[in-house]
Amino acid sequence: MNSPYDMLLLRFGEFTLKGKNRNRFEKSILTHVRALLKPYPNAKILKEYGRLYIDLNGEPVTPILDVLKKVFGVVSISPVKVCRSELEDITAAAVDFIGRSELGEQTTFKVNARRVWKAFPHSSQEMNHLIGSPLLRNFSQLKVDVKNPEIELRVEIRENRTYLFHESIEAAGGFPLGTNGKAMLLLSGGIDSPVAGFSAMRRGLEVQCVHFYSYPFTSQQAKEKVIELAGILSGYAGQIKLHLVPFTDIQTSFTGIGQDNLIITFMRRAMLRITSRLAEQEGAQAIVTGDSLGQVASQTLPSMNVIGRATELPLLRPLITTDKQNIIEMAKKIGTYETSILPFEDCCTLFVPKSPTTNPNLRIVQKVEATLPGLQAKIDLAVEQTETVIITPDMQLDSEQGMKKESVVKEEWF
Amino acid sequence: MLYFDHAATTPPYPEVIQSMSEIMAQHYGNPSALHSAGEEAAKLLKRAREVCAGALSVSPKEIVFTSGATEGNNLAIKGTAMQYRSRGKHLVTTVTEHPSVYESFRQMEALGWEVTWIPVGPDGVVNAEQLAEQVRSDTVMVSVMHVNNETGAVQPLEKIGSLIKEKNHRVLFHVDGVQGFGKLPVELDNWKTDLYTLSSHKFKGPKGAGILYIRQGVTLFPLITGGSQENGHRGGTENVAAAAASAKAMRLASAAQADFYHKMNGLRNILFEKIAKMPEVMLNSTDSGAPHIVHFSYPGLKPEVLVHLMEQQGFLISTKSACSSKSSEPSRVLLKMGRDKDAASSGIRISLGWEHTENDVIQLCRALEQSADKLRSITARRR
Repeated sequence: MNSPYDMLLLRFGEFTLKGKNRNRFEKSILTHVRALLKPYPNAKILKEYGRLYIDLNGEPVTPILDVLKKVFGVVSISPVKVCRSELEDITAAAVDFIGRSELGEQTTFKVNARRVWKAFPHSSQEMNHLIGSPLLRNFSQLKVDVKNPEIELRVEIRENRTYLFHESIEAAGGFPLGTNGKAMLLLSGGIDSPVAGFSAMRRGLEVQCVHFYSYPFTSQQAKEKVIELAGILSGYAGQIKLHLVPFTDIQTSFTGIGQDNLIITFMRRAMLRITSRLAEQEGAQAIVTGDSLGQVASQTLPSMNVIGRATELPLLRPLITTDKQNIIEMAKKIGTYETSILPFEDCCTLFVPKSPTTNPNLRIVQKVEATLPGLQAKIDLAVEQTETVIITPDMQLDSEQGMKKESVVKEEWF
Repeated sequence: MLYFDHAATTPPYPEVIQSMSEIMAQHYGNPSALHSAGEEAAKLLKRAREVCAGALSVSPKEIVFTSGATEGNNLAIKGTAMQYRSRGKHLVTTVTEHPSVYESFRQMEALGWEVTWIPVGPDGVVNAEQLAEQVRSDTVMVSVMHVNNETGAVQPLEKIGSLIKEKNHRVLFHVDGVQGFGKLPVELDNWKTDLYTLSSHKFKGPKGAGILYIRQGVTLFPLITGGSQENGHRGGTENVAAAAASAKAMRLASAAQADFYHKMNGLRNILFEKIAKMPEVMLNSTDSGAPHIVHFSYPGLKPEVLVHLMEQQGFLISTKSACSSKSSEPSRVLLKMGRDKDAASSGIRISLGWEHTENDVIQLCRALEQSADKLRSITARRR
């Protein structure tokens, strides 16, 4: 309960190299962090060159660390102990700080002091010794190694206070949210698409999810599952837009035309057409999919070729060369796996023919599509009837029309 | 009437009653059903599980809803022994466990398992080193209660957890946490606990509901089969309203634990001070015990007499534990703490709760003193 930490230090990633855009990137992180810290009103954000400090002010360190680890653009986080800039305070704090970490039988360390406040009476070099020697006296396991230490205790001496830290916790990395544009993500309910979405977001894309459902052929739970997945992704974005597209009519129109082995191809093309329309409405410039080369019939190269021609937007496939096992590991890491493997069927597994084609013929596909009556009208209708919801990590469903859906789970019951 | 039997059961929070009745009325669907009524019930159950997990800082997957601690303890002990019988047939527990633990081990003994019963000191506390010494390579589980239900004695769980795992890292550690949750800090991770039993009505939740924490990676042989509910650990339609109400009570109790400790500690000190001054009385609780239980022996008289006298004056107190208070046998727990038969047959338990004020406790002490005076004159005449 009595946390040894007073602050968190957030370090920025590769974008700091990018001269002109740096300001925009930092601003994006700041906005993101500020939104995530809303539930912790006492925590204060201090911006500095290339890094952010969060003054915890008594707010709990663990949950805050957990949410901040999800901020794209932040590569690592260090919990910081703060003390007065007086020699005795600094050495006492250092002993206390190191005493709380788990030391092995022999642990190598070094002190790296930096005197930012030049009026402090001891130089950085002197401070390394002045802090190091009481540590060596107090902890017999410690051994100095300036080249390759297991613990590097950093001490930053500023005018009013001194910061001590040594741990570095890996954070999400990548580019700050939305700094590389906006894209639509085809979100099924499977393992791959949430991972693809995460990968795209990590590279600075603002992602909006599009889900196709075929009630009553798919269950309400399948839709709930996708909402939950979007909710997990929104943990990395603060909030996420989810477009729920009614797909039953389109899907059933592809059955019974004697082209069963092409059903998946037709379906995927229709999905891309609808998504392109939604992208246009939302100002998005690409479509992200969870395709992984060769994984299923619709993800062979010939299939992707035929399917992809249904849209003019660039198709981004972050997982295209990733092995299934690695995708599963990533899904576990970002927290979507357990939800993805829930057993509710989505529309892609419906009406699946015994032997879907792995090598569709573009001309035949185009010809058949042209003979289907009312396909365009059906697509228009699906776009029109698409329901858009904004998903936040705490799953409060706000419909875009401003209508608040009453949740079954009343928080006051718990 | 002032109720001083919180270790037996507690008056539920009004919010708990509200959750329970509203959910019973509005969401009667079976969580396993496909339709929307079932789906909504499943959502409530899921949320309840999340809240319970949050109160223990564990994962929702590790929470199993039970009908209470008796079931929880039975499932934890027999379920572990049977599931891991190929690892060995040796079990370790203490001599002062709750009957639901004690009897479960006795049954396993009858079925051919070997149980080592660890003694306690006069304060009711086990010696962690002595306990860990009994752990062998074929020991499957160690079960130790957090807080004793009769005396409030607190067991050194952190020490036990680390010593037994050092001796045999595969041994599973079960903690009967019934009397400790909401009263003392609970640190499952620190204690290296694999299984942890709770009963909702002991912390102002509903009766007929409890929680068993099963650490991820541990599997139990189910005792109640006939459905895949609760991850296969326990068949039967889930009691959604009770699960939600339990979650509510758990959240409230967990948030208020430090305050509870502080307040009860103050009240208990008053009790300790007054009771210590009564000449015939022998305290069985110590100030290192849980803050809400004060237990003493009043040798020479059947304890029921004092309980009845106190009730006449408006105070409900208890003899032994509620589960065995109707038998007139001496208390197993007190005997094992080294008390003689006379002292062990005359135990009185006062257990405190949120609604008590300092004044209530002073009134209680006064009534105790008066009752003792009255009894002293009667017993003196009889002698």
